[in-house]
Amino acid sequence: MSTDSIEARVQRSLYGARRWHPAEIAFWVLALAAFFLLPRQLLILNEIAILGLFALSLDLILGYAGIVSLGHAAFFGFGAYAAGLFAKHASADPVTGLAVGMSAAGLLGLLTSPLILRGSDLTRLMVTLGVALILGELANSLGGITGGADGLQGIMMGPVLGLFEFDIFGKVAYLYSLAVLFVLFVLARRIVGSPFGLSLRAIRDNPLRASASGVPLHWRLVAVYTLAAAYAGAAGALLAQTTQFVSLDVLAFHRSADLMLVLIVGGAGYLYGGLIGAVAFKLLQDVIASFTPQYWMFWIGLFLVLFVLGGRELIHGGIKAVVGRVARLGRRAST
Amino acid sequence: MLTILFDGVAYGMILFVLACGLSVTMGLMNFINLAHGAFAMFGGYVTVLAMQRLGLPFLMALPAAFFAAALAGLVLERLVYRPMYAKSHLDQVMFSIGLVFMAIAGADYLMGSSQQFVQLPAWLSGRFDLAGIGVGRYRLFIILLCGALAFAMQWGFTRTRFGSRLRAAVDDARVARGLGIPVNRLFALTFAFGSGLAGLGGALGIELMGLDPTFPLKFMIYFLIVVTVGGTSTISGPFFAAMLLGVADVAGKYLVPQLGAFIIYALMVILLITRPHGLFARGRA
Repeated sequence: MSTDSIEARVQRSLYGARRWHPAEIAFWVLALAAFFLLPRQLLILNEIAILGLFALSLDLILGYAGIVSLGHAAFFGFGAYAAGLFAKHASADPVTGLAVGMSAAGLLGLLTSPLILRGSDLTRLMVTLGVALILGELANSLGGITGGADGLQGIMMGPVLGLFEFDIFGKVAYLYSLAVLFVLFVLARRIVGSPFGLSLRAIRDNPLRASASGVPLHWRLVAVYTLAAAYAGAAGALLAQTTQFVSLDVLAFHRSADLMLVLIVGGAGYLYGGLIGAVAFKLLQDVIASFTPQYWMFWIGLFLVLFVLGGRELIHGGIKAVVGRVARLGRRAST
Repeated sequence: MLTILFDGVAYGMILFVLACGLSVTMGLMNFINLAHGAFAMFGGYVTVLAMQRLGLPFLMALPAAFFAAALAGLVLERLVYRPMYAKSHLDQVMFSIGLVFMAIAGADYLMGSSQQFVQLPAWLSGRFDLAGIGVGRYRLFIILLCGALAFAMQWGFTRTRFGSRLRAAVDDARVARGLGIPVNRLFALTFAFGSGLAGLGGALGIELMGLDPTFPLKFMIYFLIVVTVGGTSTISGPFFAAMLLGVADVAGKYLVPQLGAFIIYALMVILLITRPHGLFARGRA
């Protein structure tokens, strides 16, 4: 063992992390099974998939690169508007529209990435928030293009891949969103398991030391920020296409704040956090909204406060204990 | 033109009173308190209630708003804020956003979602002409009151024992603690005072900014701009930042209304890029 070169050891650990854990496979099988088991809940499942993708995007920058953002909705909304406008004026093909939404948001991420390279956490929070607010203000005042406060109406989507027409129950919508989520997830998983992903974690943990050991700090951060922006754009595009409507709400502040909550609840830095958080968040929202629709915000706020004040250790400790027990059982069964 | 300037200065004065408490707490404990606006809203509602239910005159309601918000700040600091100081910025942001959400929904539940109004006394309403400038009486009152407050604070900050301890603690809390300065007590007091000022600002601002449950979110960005642009180590920094913001905002809304708040946000982003440590920051290692 000790005779191995460092390269070989790093390579082995990278390959090891790349292998799929049975629990991961079970997760995706469950996500697919939900389509058959919960045929009445497909619309909310679709929302969960979109929120999950959005949270995955935030996880890439927050969990892996340590970039805090209070304005991630900027990319979500930009992607949504780009996809919506593309569908309305150019082509109704969903997959092309998705690509357009992703590249538009990615481009915006690339252009705004210099802003997050400088300054402390506080400056980053402020600047990202400012960018989202500027976009919201722009979307509001350019009513001729975006429809302003009325939202972007009259989007007609063609069938996915020319085969599957969107229906009102959300069957195609959910499968489409889930497929996109899965493909992008696998890509993200591959990326964070690569040397590039490792260097991001090095930057997150100690930027000074990372740059001293030859990691090009700025370019890595620009790259991951652009990637995350494209992911958020994809989530926005999915929302625009599956609901065939885009409103100013996609750029609202509460969307960024909720997203933060989703990711923090699920836990940042292991990719599944956003997805699990999205499920938990939507369920919570559904339950609370069913008995106090108007004061939903209060309970979310209370939840946030309690969570940060000490609930996190409880929840995550509980999850870890369960996961650990399951893993031990699995190991015992395999030996 | 000068009227716009005048209105802008009045607006900036209110912003300063609202935000300076935030700048001190942020500088002192390095704590990002996005819920600062909630204290302002609280002060505003206290004023409204005191005037409508208890029939207090406006001038009496202002101190009531100050003390109510300060008390709320004192209690909350003790109970929920203190454990947050040691946590990461991200946690602090999440926590204070949670507080904002609760405050919004709570205000909505207790007071309804409609705009609140107060009846200003007769001697404060209306405007008069002074050398061709339309001077609103209420705005003049605000400028005088907040100007006096700013001067008092500047004096207290630079000339008194409390102020010098506070500055020492802002510069380096650990060393200050080592020198026997009771940083925690200092901070609790400052927090309460800052919250009280926010409450006062909220009360004064009902007439100019309106008051409804979304107040903390709507103006959160303004406070943050004042603080980030003005820096956290002086009183004058946030003061000039607030003036700049107030004048720019009012001028923007009068002259190019279709751009709306766009100018402000763009200004903030540009300022933060060019001067990441604030417009008037002292050189700091």
